[in-house]
Amino acid sequence: MGSLQLQSIRKSYGGHEVLKGIDLEVKDGEFVIFVGPSGCGKSTLLRTIAGLEDATSGSVQIDGVEVGHVAPAKRGIAMVFQSYALYPHLTVKDNISLGLKQAGVPKPEIDDKVRKAAGMLSLDPYLARRPAELSGGQRQRVAIGRAIVREPKLFLFDEPLSNLDAALRVNTRLEIARLHRSLKATMIYVTHDQVEAMTLADKIVVLNGGRIEQVGSPMELYNRPANLFVAGFIGSPQMNFIDGEKFGDSAKTVGIRPEHIGLSRDGGKWKAKVIHVEHLGADTIVYLESDDVGPLTVRLFGEHRYAADDVVHATPVIGGLHRFDADGRVINSGQ
Amino acid sequence: MSKARTSFARTGAVHVALIAYTLVALFPVFLTIANSFKSRNAIFREPLAIPTPETFSLIGYETVLKQGDFIGYFQNSVVVTVVSIALVLLFGAMAAFALSEYRFRGNTLMGLYLALGIMIPIRLGTVAILQGMVATNLVNTLTALILVYTAQGLPLAVFILSEFMRTVSDDLKNAGRIDGLSEYAIFFRLVLPLIRPAMATVAVFTMIPIWNDLWFPLILAPAETTKTVTLGSQIFIGQFVTNWNAVLSALSLAIFPVLVLYVIFSRQLIRGITAGAVK
Ligand SMILES: Nc1ncnc2c1ncn2[C@@H]1O[C@H](COP(=O)(O)OP(=O)(O)OP(=O)(O)O)[C@@H](O)[C@H]1O
Ligand SMILES: [Mg+2]
Repeated sequence: MGSLQLQSIRKSYGGHEVLKGIDLEVKDGEFVIFVGPSGCGKSTLLRTIAGLEDATSGSVQIDGVEVGHVAPAKRGIAMVFQSYALYPHLTVKDNISLGLKQAGVPKPEIDDKVRKAAGMLSLDPYLARRPAELSGGQRQRVAIGRAIVREPKLFLFDEPLSNLDAALRVNTRLEIARLHRSLKATMIYVTHDQVEAMTLADKIVVLNGGRIEQVGSPMELYNRPANLFVAGFIGSPQMNFIDGEKFGDSAKTVGIRPEHIGLSRDGGKWKAKVIHVEHLGADTIVYLESDDVGPLTVRLFGEHRYAADDVVHATPVIGGLHRFDADGRVINSGQ
Repeated sequence: MSKARTSFARTGAVHVALIAYTLVALFPVFLTIANSFKSRNAIFREPLAIPTPETFSLIGYETVLKQGDFIGYFQNSVVVTVVSIALVLLFGAMAAFALSEYRFRGNTLMGLYLALGIMIPIRLGTVAILQGMVATNLVNTLTALILVYTAQGLPLAVFILSEFMRTVSDDLKNAGRIDGLSEYAIFFRLVLPLIRPAMATVAVFTMIPIWNDLWFPLILAPAETTKTVTLGSQIFIGQFVTNWNAVLSALSLAIFPVLVLYVIFSRQLIRGITAGAVK
């Protein structure tokens, strides 16, 4: 209950093609995250799955049933929007229960479901309030509550946490993870946030310019990016890209993650000057300029006493190399 | 401290300007009402004086209420105005929703076409309208007036309301769609409540010209049973003699329904209902 198949989904606005053929399979109970740069079509794809936009061509199947001509309310989905999209003139309780009322669920059953959802999200004290009388985090929980009571086969989240502050974001992230475990529902989640993507996902879908660049588990994408785009997109700080010639390698481009470079004052492969150092407590990020290979970012664990203008030596860790051909495709990824 | 003083000076200046404007705007109303309670001689001798026990007189109101079916005129005015506003708001909002919500071929052109009426006065078409009303046997009915006023009010209503509807968040409407609301329910239950202030504005702008209009009642519905207040008051203005007591009393009476409607609508102008829907 709750699988999704997308087959060559295309979507154009006027003459402008936003989705350029998306094929994707989501298994029942999976937590799938869409990431990609702004404007790459994540929200459009989500709205197409929901039925809020019609695909220009291609097919959407939920549980093996073609839903191209099924209204959003009948697809067995629920969606949580970035802007919360609560009904401003209704109370929290009415916001949560509107969909059920609309579907003709008997009143005692509605009350029961609302109570359960409110309990799950600690919303009990606020049921009689209107959205304007709630904090941002509470509003987002109401929006999630509204999704839960529908008991959908498929949850769709469009950047649900991006309006929340950092601490609340962590809490709500944990809550969503817990929700996924307890409901065992299929969830599709759009985010800009790498940490959200890496921590929540069973499977990450990297989108770029209306195409899927790569699909895989977080660790697969981190360890074996299929191309330059994914290599640069996943991981923070970004992977270092070095010209193959300068590196002394036959590949067009060689990538090394910042955490796969060692630093030493005494000696190493590349001599470099420290440009800037960021002390993050658990990590130290060192920005270098090397005459051999250009700028490098290095991530060291723990505290290190490097300062700007120090001269150091950087050495790539064996096995941390990613080699890409002239088209940006990986040749033989590091182990 | 200097900041506090400048802002005090600025609020002061703003208040002086607004109070001056209020006085200018209210002066004719005051003059009308004050003089309606005076005897004819007192009106001419001291038009600016307020009524005193010597000059006080209700003769104007007595004339108005005795002569002609003034209550009936009032009813006609109220019926025409209220029904026209209701139709303008309903159809205007529906057209605005279609224009702002749905992408279809000719959307922009249609919007321009509907807004054209703002610039072209409907009175230019009076002859054609009259011919049409004669052909459909609608002359001397309130329906004729209601139809004309609805047409007259729609362009501005569509224009203002479609601008406001564009500001209603797409996510909110989409949330409604996922919750199983029909497009009609989204329109009536989500969008309309959110643009209530705009609806009230449109209602006020639509109401005043309708209530005050003399042109169309005179041409389309001059019969005794369909006269409006504005037209009814004209009987006191003669070519040679004008019964000022009666005219002023009729005008004073005519102000009140407008005031009542205005108070009703202006309460809707309270903003802030959208707060918290969308961040
Ligand atoms: N209604 C529309 N009409 C025309 N173009 C649209 C419409 N909606 C989206 N687009 C275009 O489609 C592209 C993808 O938009 P979309 O909202 O899916 O991006 P996104 O990946 O969700 O971006 P973000 O991360 O900023 O939310 C954008 O270039 C946008 O301009
Ligand atoms: Mg988006």
